[in-house]
Amino acid sequence: MQPAFEVLVSRPSNESLCIRLAGTFESPGPAPDAAAALAAIDDEIRSIHFETNALRSWDSTLMAFLLKLVRSAEALGIAVELDALPSGARRLLALATAVPEADPARPEVAAHGKLARAGVRAAGAWVETQKVTTFVGEVALSVIKLVRGRARFRGGDVWRVIQEAGPSALPIVSLISFLVGLILAFVAAVQLQYFGAQIYVADLVALGMAREMGAMMTGIIMAGRTGAAFAAQLGAMTANEEIDALSTFGIPPIDFLVLPRMIALVAMMPLLVLYSDLVGILGGLVVGVTILDLNFAEYVNETRAALDLADFGTGLFKGAVYGVAIAVAGCLRGMQSGRSSAAVGEATTSAVVTAIVWIVLTSAALTLVYNVLGI
Amino acid sequence: MSSTGTQIEVRGLEIGYGDFSVQHGLDFSIESGDIFVIIGGSGCGKSTLLRALFGLTRPKRGSILYRGEDFWEAPTAQRQRWMQRFGVLFQAGALWSSMTLAENIALPLGEYTDLSKAEIRDRASWVLSLVGLAGFEDFRPAEISGGMRKRAGLARAVALDPEILFFDEPSAGLDPLSSKRLDELILLLQETLGSTIVMVTHELASIFGIGTKALFLDAESHTQLALGSPAWLRDECPDPKVRNFLRRGENG
Repeated sequence: MQPAFEVLVSRPSNESLCIRLAGTFESPGPAPDAAAALAAIDDEIRSIHFETNALRSWDSTLMAFLLKLVRSAEALGIAVELDALPSGARRLLALATAVPEADPARPEVAAHGKLARAGVRAAGAWVETQKVTTFVGEVALSVIKLVRGRARFRGGDVWRVIQEAGPSALPIVSLISFLVGLILAFVAAVQLQYFGAQIYVADLVALGMAREMGAMMTGIIMAGRTGAAFAAQLGAMTANEEIDALSTFGIPPIDFLVLPRMIALVAMMPLLVLYSDLVGILGGLVVGVTILDLNFAEYVNETRAALDLADFGTGLFKGAVYGVAIAVAGCLRGMQSGRSSAAVGEATTSAVVTAIVWIVLTSAALTLVYNVLGI
Repeated sequence: MSSTGTQIEVRGLEIGYGDFSVQHGLDFSIESGDIFVIIGGSGCGKSTLLRALFGLTRPKRGSILYRGEDFWEAPTAQRQRWMQRFGVLFQAGALWSSMTLAENIALPLGEYTDLSKAEIRDRASWVLSLVGLAGFEDFRPAEISGGMRKRAGLARAVALDPEILFFDEPSAGLDPLSSKRLDELILLLQETLGSTIVMVTHELASIFGIGTKALFLDAESHTQLALGSPAWLRDECPDPKVRNFLRRGENG
């Protein structure tokens, strides 16, 4: 766009600069370039004045230019005569320069060398570990209070979370589990076909779902679904000082907010895992009967022969442990959240990541323990 | 509930976050029945000081004596007991958003009194009427306006007849009439319950209308500049910055 204005810099005398402003300075047109005007300043200039006879109209486009000019000139010790400017512009400029440009002190770590940064990070990681440990410890103390019947929370909250984390999660758990069952069956089928042992697809799907995949997939779904919701709820409560309000009334936030969520999730997870196991096995069955031409009764019998109660038990126990991990991760990140909407978003992301990492770690640890114990 | 003498005494207090000091060298005392106002430019640490006084943020140095006993050195259980005698109104009301207004007020009442459910409900209606919110018992915080949330927060703060009330900018965001009404309510509470009131406010009308003692915190030197009656701070305080602040920059 062609500018509707003109900025002419002239030099009437050796010591002064004249800036002639002409035309209209208005959004959304282009803005005048203060740097070009400032480039004309050299060591001998002592004052700047304006000529505005041909200035027709102006808005913030002109003011931003003027402010930059005045600030830079002041820094160089050059006097700026504003008399020729329209009185409105003069008053706005006076308002903008009334408070000098601040250099606000901010509690920040200055950028140092690589070693120092590594040190700061390590210290940060240590502090983070301490925070997580403290939180887990506080939750453990609350659980002890709960066992002694002294924890303070509203029973209604537990039922609300049960509704959110249980029945409402069934559709997504059904879909994912069914597909995981299908996938397991396909993977197994390709290998077992070489040996003419397709019937063992039933064993593989049954054991895979019951021992590992049912709990793992449900855990990951619930981390994304419910863990994120916990972090967002508690983060918003932190931002709104609701958690502070609880503390001032002497109501421990961990009892009141974390316990009901954890109880509900730990109660629901095994049920969801069991459901997921069965739907996954059904998925395997569909592949076995339709694609591998196995007999329905044969597949069911093989499945029943492959599984015993301990296989389900290991998966359900894992599910309950994942429930604790998801609830603690969600609530921890929510309560650590800062007081802005951006911080609540970060808390939610962090909650899901933390929960998934914890799920995978505990899964590995528990599988190892089961192995050693021979379950 | 009312008592006489010094309620809170602050000695050499320093507050801040991490290595960052917001205010230091604070010395003042709050007497029983005072309406103590904390003033100062934005970002000078007024709210942080308030949070240290009512027990949410541990100060970096110095001590806060509550009736002669060190508040922050006391065991947590003791501090919790003291905090039950405090009422706090947060900046945005800080109502628990998953509960109705009546439930918000009922929760602390249920914790600390032996009232029956019906009595608690009556008490909730009473304090809500006091702040002009009769009939809103079953509304949730999201269903009412910001000013109403603030008043409901006040109702919750006074429901337990607290000894000391802490207000964080009670009249910010209220229309002039509600703001006046709130001032009258604060005065009334102070007279009838004998509560001591500590508040952070920018409202000049409130500062001069009801404040009995004022503390001026400076954002640049990070310490207190003046302590005295609001009128004295405005008219006779030796520090021009304080006089200027209380006259909105107009020389009189």
